[in-house]
Amino acid sequence: MFAYIARRILATIPVVLLVALFVFSLLYLAPGDPAAIIAGDQATPADVDRIRESLGLDRPFLIRFGDWFWHVLTGDLGVSIFTNLPVSHMIAQRIEPTVSLMLLTLTLSLSFAIPMGVIAAWKHGTWIDRGVMMTAVFGFSTPSFVVGYLLAYVFALYLDWLPVQGFTSISVGVIPFLRNLILPATALGLVFMALIARITRATMLDVLSQDYVRTAKAKGVGQRGVLFVHALKNAAVPIVTIVGIGFATLISGAIVTESVFAIPGLGRLTVDAILRRDYPVIQGVVLMFSFVYVLVNLGVDLLYTVFDPRIRY
Amino acid sequence: MSATSLPTGYTAAPVLPEILPTPKERGRVMGFVNRHPTIVIGGALVAIMVLIAILAPFLFTQDPTALAPAKRTRPPSDLYWFGTDMLGRDVYSRVLYGARVSLTVGFSVAFCAGIIGTTIGLIAGFTRGIDAIVMRVMDGLMSIPQILLAIALMALTRASVQNVIIAISITESPRVCRLVRGVVLSLREQPYVEAAIASGTRVPVIIWRHILPNTLAPLMVQATFICASAMITEATLSFIGAGTPPIIPSWGNIMAEGRALWQVKPYIVFFPAIFLSITVLAVNLLGDGLRDALDPRLAKRL
Repeated sequence: MFAYIARRILATIPVVLLVALFVFSLLYLAPGDPAAIIAGDQATPADVDRIRESLGLDRPFLIRFGDWFWHVLTGDLGVSIFTNLPVSHMIAQRIEPTVSLMLLTLTLSLSFAIPMGVIAAWKHGTWIDRGVMMTAVFGFSTPSFVVGYLLAYVFALYLDWLPVQGFTSISVGVIPFLRNLILPATALGLVFMALIARITRATMLDVLSQDYVRTAKAKGVGQRGVLFVHALKNAAVPIVTIVGIGFATLISGAIVTESVFAIPGLGRLTVDAILRRDYPVIQGVVLMFSFVYVLVNLGVDLLYTVFDPRIRY
Repeated sequence: MSATSLPTGYTAAPVLPEILPTPKERGRVMGFVNRHPTIVIGGALVAIMVLIAILAPFLFTQDPTALAPAKRTRPPSDLYWFGTDMLGRDVYSRVLYGARVSLTVGFSVAFCAGIIGTTIGLIAGFTRGIDAIVMRVMDGLMSIPQILLAIALMALTRASVQNVIIAISITESPRVCRLVRGVVLSLREQPYVEAAIASGTRVPVIIWRHILPNTLAPLMVQATFICASAMITEATLSFIGAGTPPIIPSWGNIMAEGRALWQVKPYIVFFPAIFLSITVLAVNLLGDGLRDALDPRLAKRL
C-alpha cells in the first residue's frame, strides 16, 4: 500500500518537471526582449546589456530554468508586465470564484451523471437508455459557452429567475452565491456529465453481468442495493479515472464560462493576459492549472486503492 | 415442374416458405442506413456543412467583411437573414464563411495530428530506448490542459489560421501517439509479426505491411473525434481572443464580437453557436457510428 503510494508520488515528479520545462520554454521563446522592455526607449545597447546581465538573462537556458523553477517552488511566479504586481498575488486574488465554480460543477455533475449512467445501464436497451445516451452525445457536442448563453438567455433574461452575470462570494450568503453560480456550473458541467454518464453506463453494463451481482440478487438484495452498493462500487475505478482526465475539460470550460458570465476568476485573468500579451501571467496560470491537473490525477491514482484494494502495482 | 411427371416412389421437394428476404430486395443503400443510422445522419450533416463551406461564395448575400455603420445590429429580416452585427456586417454571410474556417481547422488538425501522432507512435512502439523518453514527453504534454497549451502556443506566434492548426495539432497528437503505440505494442507480440521478424523482414516493411493496416480503423475513429474536438478548441480560442485573427469571420470570432451585445441582440451569438453545435454533433455522430462499425467489441460497451 505505502509502496504503491510512494511509487505514484515519485512517478509524478518527472511529469511536474517536464510541465515546468514546457511552460518555462514558453516565456523563453516569447517574442520581445525583457531587458529591452525594462530599459525603455532611451537606452543604449550597453544599458540593455547591463540590465540583461543584472537580471541574469545572459546565463545558459538550463541554469535559468533551474533558478526559475526554484522560485516557482517557493511560490514566486514572477511579476506581471502590465500591472507590475506579483503573478502569485494576482492568482490568489482571483482564485475564489474559479474554485467555487469548479467545486459546484463537480458536485452537480457527479450527482446527476452517475445516477443517469446507472439507470441507463439498468434499463439497458430501453428508451430511457437511448435517451440518456442521446443526451450525452448532445452534451458532448455543445461547447460550454454555447450552453452558457442558452441557459442565461432562458433562465436569466427570458424567465428572469436568476441573475444574468456576476459572482457573489460565499461569505456574503449561500443563497446569492448559489443563485449566481448555478447557471455557469450547469453550462460547464454538461460536457463533464456526458463524459461521466457514458463511462458509468459502460462500466455498469460490464459489472451487472458479473456473478456476484447475480448472487446478490439471489440472496434477496433489493434492486437499489444491487445497483448502488454492489455494482457501483465495483464500477468506481473507471468512473474516478474519467473524472480525473475530464478535469482538463473542466479547466478549459471554466476559462470561457467565466467570460460568458462575467465571473472575475482565473479565466478572466487568463483572457485579459492573452489580450495584453502579459507573458508572465499566462505562464503562471498555465503552470498552476497544469500542476492542479497533475495533482488531481495523482489523487485519482491514490483513490484507486480505496475503491479496489487489489490495485498494488 | 409438377409432381405428376415424377417417377413413382419420388415426391417433390416441399416449396420452402420465403422467410429470408434476398439481399438485393433489402437494397444496399437502405440496408446500410438501417445498420448504421449514426454514420448516415452524421455523414449527411457533415456533407451539408462541407457544401456550405465550399459554396459560400455563391450563397452569401452581402460581403461578409463589408462594414456598414448605418445598418448596425439590424434584427433578422429579408435582407439580412441572420441580422447584422455591431459593425453592420451581415451575420448570415459571416456564418457561411465561418464554416470554412471551422471545417478547415477541424480536418487539417485531424490530418496533421494523425500523421504526427502515428509517426511518433510507430517509432516509440518499435524502439525500446526511445519509447521511455518519448512517452514521458507525451505524458508531460498531456498534463497541460489542452486549451491552456493551445493558448500558450498561440501566445508565442501571430494569430493566423495556419498557426491555430499547428497549435491544436500539437495538443492533439499525444493522444494519437498513445493509441498507435498501444496498437503497435500489442501487435508486436502477434505470431505473424514475430514470424515476419524471424524471417528477416526489415522493420519499415513490417510497419508498412503488417502494423499500419491494423492501426487504420482505430486511427480513423480517433481522427473523427479529434476533428470535432479541434473545431470546439478553435471556436474557444477565437472566442477568448487567442485564435483566428478578428478580420477572418470564424464562428468563434462572430460570437466574440456579439458577446458585448448578446443581452439585447442575442441572434449575433446564437446563429454561429447553432452552426458550431450542429457541425460538432454531426462529426461526433459520424465518429460514434464509425467506431461501432469498425470495432464491434467496443460498440456493445459504449
